[in-house]
Amino acid sequence: MPSRVQALKLAEPAIVRRAIAESFKKLDPRHMVRNPVMFVTEVVSVLTTFLFVQALRGQGEAPAGFTLAISVWLWFTVLFANFAEAMAEGRGKAQADALRRSRQELVAKFLSEPRHGSGWAPVPSRMLHSGDVVLVDAGDIVPGDGEVIEGIASVDESVITGESAPVIRESGGDRSAVTGGTRVLSDWLVVRISAEPGETFLDRMIGMVEGAKRQRTPNEIALSILLAALTIVFLLAVATLLPFSLYAVKAAGQGQPVTVTVLAALLVCLIPTTIGGLLSAIGIAGMDRMVQANVIATSGRAVEAAGDVDVLLLDKTGTITLGNRQATAFVPARGVAEEELADAAQLASLADETPEGRSIVVLAKEKHGLRGREVHGLGATFVPFSAQTRMSGVNLDGREVRKGAADAVAEFVRERGGSVGDDVRETVDALAKSGATPLVVADGPRVLGVVQLKDIVKGGIRERFAELRTMGIKTVMITGDNPLTAAAIAAEAGVDDFLAEATPEAKLRLIRELQTGGRLVAMTGDGTNDAPALAQADVAVAMNSGTQAAKEAGNMVDLDSNPTKLLEVVEIGKQLLMTRGSLTTFSIANDVAKYFAIIPAMFVATYPQLGALNVMRLTTPASAVMSAVIFNALIIIALIPLALRGVEYRPVGAAALLRRNLLVYGLGGLVAPFVGIKAIDLLLSALHLV
Amino acid sequence: MTAAAAVQLVLYLGVLLALAKPLGIYMARAYEGRPMILGPVLGPVERFLYRIAGVKADDEMDWKRYALAMLLFNFVGFLLLYALQRLQGGLPLNPARLPSVGPDLSFNTAISFVTNTNWQSYSGEQTMSDLTQMLGLAVQNFLSAASGMAVLVALVRGFARRSASTVGNFWADTVRGTLYVLLPLSFILALALVSQGVAQTFSASKRVALVEPVTVTSPKLDAAGAQVKDAQGNPVTETVTVTGQTLALGPAASQIAIKQLGTNGGGFFNVNSAHPFENPTPLSGFLELVAILLIPGALCLTFGEMVRDRRQGWAILAAMAVILAAFAAVDVASEQRGNPLLAKLGADQRPSATQGGGNMEGKEVRFGPVASALWATATTAASNGSVNAMHDSFTPLGGLAPMALMQIGEVVFGGVGSGLYGMLAFVIVAVFIAGLMVGRTPEYLGKKIGSFEMKMASLVILVPPATVLLGTALAVATAAGRGGTLNPGAHGFSEILYAFSSAGNNNGSAFAGLSANTPFYDFTLGLAMFFGRFWTKIPILAIAGSLAAKKMTPAGAGTLATHTPLFVGLLVGTVILVAALTFLPALALGPIVEHLQMLAMAR
Repeated sequence: MPSRVQALKLAEPAIVRRAIAESFKKLDPRHMVRNPVMFVTEVVSVLTTFLFVQALRGQGEAPAGFTLAISVWLWFTVLFANFAEAMAEGRGKAQADALRRSRQELVAKFLSEPRHGSGWAPVPSRMLHSGDVVLVDAGDIVPGDGEVIEGIASVDESVITGESAPVIRESGGDRSAVTGGTRVLSDWLVVRISAEPGETFLDRMIGMVEGAKRQRTPNEIALSILLAALTIVFLLAVATLLPFSLYAVKAAGQGQPVTVTVLAALLVCLIPTTIGGLLSAIGIAGMDRMVQANVIATSGRAVEAAGDVDVLLLDKTGTITLGNRQATAFVPARGVAEEELADAAQLASLADETPEGRSIVVLAKEKHGLRGREVHGLGATFVPFSAQTRMSGVNLDGREVRKGAADAVAEFVRERGGSVGDDVRETVDALAKSGATPLVVADGPRVLGVVQLKDIVKGGIRERFAELRTMGIKTVMITGDNPLTAAAIAAEAGVDDFLAEATPEAKLRLIRELQTGGRLVAMTGDGTNDAPALAQADVAVAMNSGTQAAKEAGNMVDLDSNPTKLLEVVEIGKQLLMTRGSLTTFSIANDVAKYFAIIPAMFVATYPQLGALNVMRLTTPASAVMSAVIFNALIIIALIPLALRGVEYRPVGAAALLRRNLLVYGLGGLVAPFVGIKAIDLLLSALHLV
Repeated sequence: MTAAAAVQLVLYLGVLLALAKPLGIYMARAYEGRPMILGPVLGPVERFLYRIAGVKADDEMDWKRYALAMLLFNFVGFLLLYALQRLQGGLPLNPARLPSVGPDLSFNTAISFVTNTNWQSYSGEQTMSDLTQMLGLAVQNFLSAASGMAVLVALVRGFARRSASTVGNFWADTVRGTLYVLLPLSFILALALVSQGVAQTFSASKRVALVEPVTVTSPKLDAAGAQVKDAQGNPVTETVTVTGQTLALGPAASQIAIKQLGTNGGGFFNVNSAHPFENPTPLSGFLELVAILLIPGALCLTFGEMVRDRRQGWAILAAMAVILAAFAAVDVASEQRGNPLLAKLGADQRPSATQGGGNMEGKEVRFGPVASALWATATTAASNGSVNAMHDSFTPLGGLAPMALMQIGEVVFGGVGSGLYGMLAFVIVAVFIAGLMVGRTPEYLGKKIGSFEMKMASLVILVPPATVLLGTALAVATAAGRGGTLNPGAHGFSEILYAFSSAGNNNGSAFAGLSANTPFYDFTLGLAMFFGRFWTKIPILAIAGSLAAKKMTPAGAGTLATHTPLFVGLLVGTVILVAALTFLPALALGPIVEHLQMLAMAR
């Protein structure tokens, strides 16, 4: 998969080069004003540059060299923040370019009438509108997103999914959606276009990975407000220092009032530039991680909501259990050998192409060494399953071998003068109670026994659910099975709750109920009948293999069509929020050390006793201010990998997570700058730079 | 800290917490209109009041109407109080024949009492008539407190209600707070204080003979009251022997009870609770000290009760108590240690059987350093502002603690109502950051914290420091501001910083040493009080309205628990860090450098 390969290279030279150029372009105030913290930093950088020019002309309030150094590092702070954003965007851009290449200008075969065989005219694909019908022959590229209305074909979707194995697309059912840009390998399809030009899936995907139309998410906005408020607090604290310092100089009768250069340096050190500079990078990287997981979210809001989800609705089949029910045991009737039952069951299933039927053949072979036989070779006629008879089987040499639901087979046997023994009845009841499905096998009037069909719970899924529980997420299994069967599987899989005999309406009702109770619900779905529920759910992951209706109702599409992906989606959402919270804490905790560096430096000439606050024993006031500013700029660069990768998420409870993150980013944020500033100061004085 | 000091601190907190629980639950019942002990007695009075005022108690208001009612109510209160002062010279109940109060002082005092600040730029017994004291100041002592509590109750309803559009009825909340909480408690406390000898009389003053006549030298005044000067222009002095003194009296006990309980702090007499007629005995001192924090502490539990999760109330109370205890310990230790400069000169500042020891400058001998420091922390932790010692005379660190407690935003107990709603704004910020750190959209009590709440909480946290810093900057930058300081150097800066910290956070205590009754300070401090009060109250009501409309998310394992010691620690950290980051530079130029200078000189 191309996207995953790219994920491995965090700092590809091409992306880095492009990001460096981008970080200068982003200095445009119209871009910067969107981020109040960094905008203030830019304004202050301009101010110090101005002060430097003034100093050069001999009118400076501080030495020109010092002002220049401060100014340069303040500019670096802005550039580093832009670089972080550009790096995050760059990775998406590289992917978008690859996608764009696949969106070549095509000529579509526009059908005059919506049926195969009617005449077609060449129309450029960009002229296609929703509702138009086109023909796609083998070798053609699908000109736009749409629904197959006629035909069946194998399609190469590797452009979108990165999966090279072709998939089947056919009209009707849940595999009717095709995506523009994919290639039909065999046969033909008649497709009704469902997307307007420029709004196709590929377009959306490109927009998403590029982050071009990225809207800020609710939490991001709330956090920006907090950061802006903090910026104002610090602006006040720093601005009022000028009159305070004038007063102090007058009162003490010694020293110099604090310079605007130093105040500018202090301001940039105090305002939360670390998180302010990394905030948009974190958001973009979150989307990027989704893309790497092969999930396309329609909005950043959806990614964020994924972290908040507290109920997961999971389809039993495919998510919790493997595909379909499988035969797991033969229980013969009294007086019947197990092998005879197995043989008859196999015979009855030979022509049965359902997964259940195949699993019976396999089980008979595994347990009793009975080889599969060719039905036609035996001269047998296959009696297929029908809703009326609720049985299937073969007629062979006058024998009528049947397998089916217990009551249906009982009826069949009674008609032929036989009866079902008590032992078989007991077996049937016992199996049904345990959540398995009993299939009774009969040969004419004679009941041979029961085949146990069972859902096979996926390996490791129980552990995943336990993890989810510690994360505070409830799992609900959705199944069409009867409550008894559902309960048994639910218990085996370890889900918290289940919805049995689920209809689309019941599903929708359940979601609404949960939401009224204040819960956020996530679900996956692929069928058209899932669409209402998908539209209602807060986080709805549609399978890429699913119908167009499902894909449009959901707010995410899983390109791998793997229902278990929902768990990964939740983790990515949580990681996104955690990274923001942790870096905010880190950023604010940093300020304590910066005060201890800069306040004594500012006032030691006026009040020598304040030298006692210089706990780091920084060499000179100038080196103290420089070191704090340099640390403040470099920490942004140092944290870019963390912002892009995200803070590690562990499936433990909220309290444990908070304790851990407070320790690492709170306490760490308090201590790290003391060490960092001291180290930079030592370096600066060793190099005689100050 | 001495053992005696520790015992006092523990005893104080113990009594406070023991009383907080029953009172907290009682108040919750009163505000929710549930049956409670005083219902049968005061219920008819409540209904009578509604009838004559034409108020329907169950006419629910949305937050905007509630805010409008609150503003209107306070504005009318302001006008009445202003008018009363301006006209007091011609009004009855003025036995001391005090003249009407000037416009700038009237403005300052009216805002001060309406905002529950009780900053006093005047000396009570020499400026305000009994009528002004009782009908103006005392009434606002009740009503400003009740309106603060009403806003809190509206906020609590915001947390407790789901998908609701209203937050209660302001008139009903104000009546209930006054009638069921403030009046009965004041009544009990006033009687207790009278029993201890606190003055409660309409006679203006009493002339008493001194036990020991004193001889003093004072400037000679002519008939017009001007100084008599000799030929060289130097003032002429004369020696006077004083044999008697005039003791100012008045209806003090009733005023003091509500001044303590309603975190008002405006004393009847100038020296406030250091005055023997305001605070005569150790028991009266203890009762008044408990009264300072009683309602703010109990309201935490009212909150817990009303949101149907008492643990939440205890958690906030715990956070407040932790900060209070830490500051009290610093303050008591600093005052008990005394002044190293005096120690260098050979003064004995050690506690002994005959003296409390420590720094006794500006303190009542009856109280000594421990009770004074404890009072100083309590009165600034709560936005009370009454004093029993002069904070200006505290050691630098001893003065820093009260100043910092105000700068924290009066959220450690704080004003009645206002303290807890301010703290809840901090809770919202703490929950927001912590919520993100556990990977969820932050929520508190099941309510998701969105950008609107964040905006409003930021205002609540931002406005008080802004007024303090800007006000102080203006004062030190102008001659009018600098002229008011008594002391030169860093201490002068501390005096100004203290005044604005007190006004901007609606505390009202004075550092002394600052001549604040000038047009400049009357006006700027008046504005600081106004912004500090109303620009926090309105955003709080906006939060209440927004929260009430939200759904409630049930708590699960992934929800951040907000009643645990971990969260209490986080809240304490947030409160301290925000204040420290805002005020550290200013404090460094005030009390911190004073402290370092003192140490350097003592070396």
